[in-house]
Amino acid sequence: MFSNVDLQKLVFGRFTLADIPYHEPILIVTFAGVALGGLAVLGTITYYRFWGALWRDWVTSVDHKKIGIMYVILAFVMLLRGFADALLMRAQQSIAFGSQEGFLPPHHYDQIFTAHGVIMIFFVAMPFVTGLMNYVVPLQIGARDVSFPFLNNFSFWMTTAGAIIIMLSLFIGEFSRATWLGYPPLSGADMSPGVGVDYWIWGLQIAGIGTLLSGINLVATIVKMRAPGMTMMKLPVFVWTSLCTNVLIVAAFPILTAVLALLSLDRYVGTHFFTNDLGGSPMMYFNLIWIWGHPEVYILILPAFGIFSEVTSTFCGKRLFGYASMVYATVVITILSYLVWLHHFFTMGSGANVNSFFGITTMIISIPTGAKIFNWLFTMYRGRIRFEVPMLWTVGFMVTFVIGGMTGVLLAVPPADFVLHNSLFLIAHFHNVIIGGVLFGMMAGVTYWFPKAFGFKLDPFWGKMSFWFWLVGFYVAFMPLYVLGLMGVTRRMQHFDDPSLQIWFVVAAGGAALIGCGILSTIIQFVVSIRNREALRDTTGDPWGGRTLEWATSSPPPDYNFAFTPVVHDLDAWYDMKNRGYARPLHGFKPIHMPKNTGTGAIIGGLSVVFGFAMIWYIWWLAALSALAIFVVSVAHTFNYNRDFYIPADTVARTESQRTAALAGQA
Amino acid sequence: MMHTDTAPPGTAPVFHHEEEHHPETSTLLGFWIYLMSDCLIFAVLFATYGVLGRNYAAGPSPKDLFDLPLVALNTSMLLFSSITYGFAMLAMDKGRTAATQAWLAVTGLFGAAFLAIELYEFAHLIHEGAGPGRSAFLSSFFTLVGTHGLHVTFGLIWLVVLMVQVAQRGLIPENTRRLMCLSMFWHFLDVIWIGVFTFVYLMGVLQ
Repeated sequence: MFSNVDLQKLVFGRFTLADIPYHEPILIVTFAGVALGGLAVLGTITYYRFWGALWRDWVTSVDHKKIGIMYVILAFVMLLRGFADALLMRAQQSIAFGSQEGFLPPHHYDQIFTAHGVIMIFFVAMPFVTGLMNYVVPLQIGARDVSFPFLNNFSFWMTTAGAIIIMLSLFIGEFSRATWLGYPPLSGADMSPGVGVDYWIWGLQIAGIGTLLSGINLVATIVKMRAPGMTMMKLPVFVWTSLCTNVLIVAAFPILTAVLALLSLDRYVGTHFFTNDLGGSPMMYFNLIWIWGHPEVYILILPAFGIFSEVTSTFCGKRLFGYASMVYATVVITILSYLVWLHHFFTMGSGANVNSFFGITTMIISIPTGAKIFNWLFTMYRGRIRFEVPMLWTVGFMVTFVIGGMTGVLLAVPPADFVLHNSLFLIAHFHNVIIGGVLFGMMAGVTYWFPKAFGFKLDPFWGKMSFWFWLVGFYVAFMPLYVLGLMGVTRRMQHFDDPSLQIWFVVAAGGAALIGCGILSTIIQFVVSIRNREALRDTTGDPWGGRTLEWATSSPPPDYNFAFTPVVHDLDAWYDMKNRGYARPLHGFKPIHMPKNTGTGAIIGGLSVVFGFAMIWYIWWLAALSALAIFVVSVAHTFNYNRDFYIPADTVARTESQRTAALAGQA
Repeated sequence: MMHTDTAPPGTAPVFHHEEEHHPETSTLLGFWIYLMSDCLIFAVLFATYGVLGRNYAAGPSPKDLFDLPLVALNTSMLLFSSITYGFAMLAMDKGRTAATQAWLAVTGLFGAAFLAIELYEFAHLIHEGAGPGRSAFLSSFFTLVGTHGLHVTFGLIWLVVLMVQVAQRGLIPENTRRLMCLSMFWHFLDVIWIGVFTFVYLMGVLQ
């Protein structure tokens, strides 16, 4: 006999109406904002009858360029969410002193710092990096697309599915309070019985599948799809750093998948991997998660290094100084990134010998990184430097990243780490390298390649505003945290007793506001640039005087990227072509073989959201049903053998003659 | 300095291919990279077993639980299935569809036998009170062996799907490519199992 309660459990799992947080005013206002914004977007799409085009040209697209753009849009949207969390934390910490409790109770504050970390790393930095690699790498190696175009579309939708699951936690139930890496036993079933940790697990697990597959895809692309003549030592530096990043993804993300699966088993099945009883070991989790986690930070920073290399060489009008040393430095960093993970928990007590080993390997990483800094400096030396916006971000990076690197070496000294572990000094350090390195790199990359993707430059004035707000805002926001950290203030505090600390937090909050102005400037920059797009238009396809192959084709590039496969003779292939009398081919076009669009990726992504949601809420029937649906859709997809088509030679000829006319028009 | 032109001086260098350029297919490389990433998942599970595998929590140890003759039988099923998959590939190379299908079917039967024996073993252990929740040793044992079994299950489903597709369309290039991928996957699972057999069962009983 089923009583009513049992029936409800059977249908809704552990979900009840009490899980909708309508008693939290902050969340209600946010929800209202998101709902209104969402309705506005949906209404606009409907009004302009854009649904069909959206589905045909974007959602189902297997074109690496469109997928790259969608990744970057995802990153920008999630940046707004992650930054809102940052503002809440800075505001709370600047007022919660003594008898003042602030506006965020611990229960809520803990979710916010967890969400901030998770979103900024997994759903801002990662899609940013993946998006730029997706867009630029095939163009730079003279390819028509990536090796596995459908897989690319699928990867994007899995990443988006993960982001949607994380966002759902805002309005249905709650998010994890167990920090961004979910350390057990806090993240175990005993300490965190609610849905928060499960949201975290399934969000990351589903997005992780996308990341891993896109890593495999790009490695295969770089190894197999290079234009004739492009030997490994003629790869543009960005392609080299992308290759190393994707090798790191392939070699690191399975570890995350496995360790999350083990934690899930502890939570769902009652195993004892990371519990305190029956033989489990939480420290096993720390080791495993950081064997993924440390390479992860290099996954993020290496593509940024590649962007800075491209930007420096382009805007100094010089071949990059020390190309070979740059490549070797990248490879050395890739390898060393696997030998340092234990520095995240020197205080675990592994003993002096183990700590020394990992302290020394950590310090050694600063050598190839330092070599890179010198290479950029020597490229600038006696160059004709044009301080366009991408170059500003690069110079800002070089100054800021060196400071972050030095505090990193400081933390690598185990005795010093015993003092600074989990202090705000650490927070300042990693924001110093992630904002000063990854974020500045992505902003430089977006500004640099935007005209390639859309055919017009971004407005330089608002770009400079954004840069200066970010740069100054960063220093104002995080230098106080270095000071507080040296005084011994620890991270993740919702409230402080000592009023003498308050002024530092107030200053830091001011810095966060300045960064907010930087983000606002970027949004204004997009609006202004789209409105002034005719004035900012570039018809040459090569607005900056570029040196690599992506500038050889039109902006935006045609679907097929290059009408004829380029032949490469030199490291700076396009610069070489321009210098040695390259003439654009005007006839003799052939039909071009291209992959067909498919909706399978988006459908499986959507079903994955349902599956994740059902698992989080213990709605077993829905989990089984959606898993079955994923299986059926996947198998059905393999029965479709009709996956490619030819762009007729006529169409190619028409596209190319339009470009010829455009080129003649601007002369 | 870095020019590698072979064009004689005075002639313009060639900057593009007139003919359609066909990069070689990346599927086998891509699948190989995927297998290596899968291998890392097993590496984590092996490492976990290595660290936690002797935390019996006053419960049963490998000596009390493992039935070596049964595991040997099981291992032989998987090894035979690898051999018969090899025969399927040889038949595929010669373009003999019926023989390919027959060997694939034999492979599937061996695989199913392996799974059946494994499930019997698991059921037996759980029945004896040595389930995955009993101790960290059993958690890591069930997860390592079970993950391998899950892979074999997916391999079997994939095998059936491919047999249907070969029946529908014959040994066209798409299908032979898929059979090559499954071949790599199947042999990979064999290699993993040899690790499991040695590291978990043999060394467990020898302790």
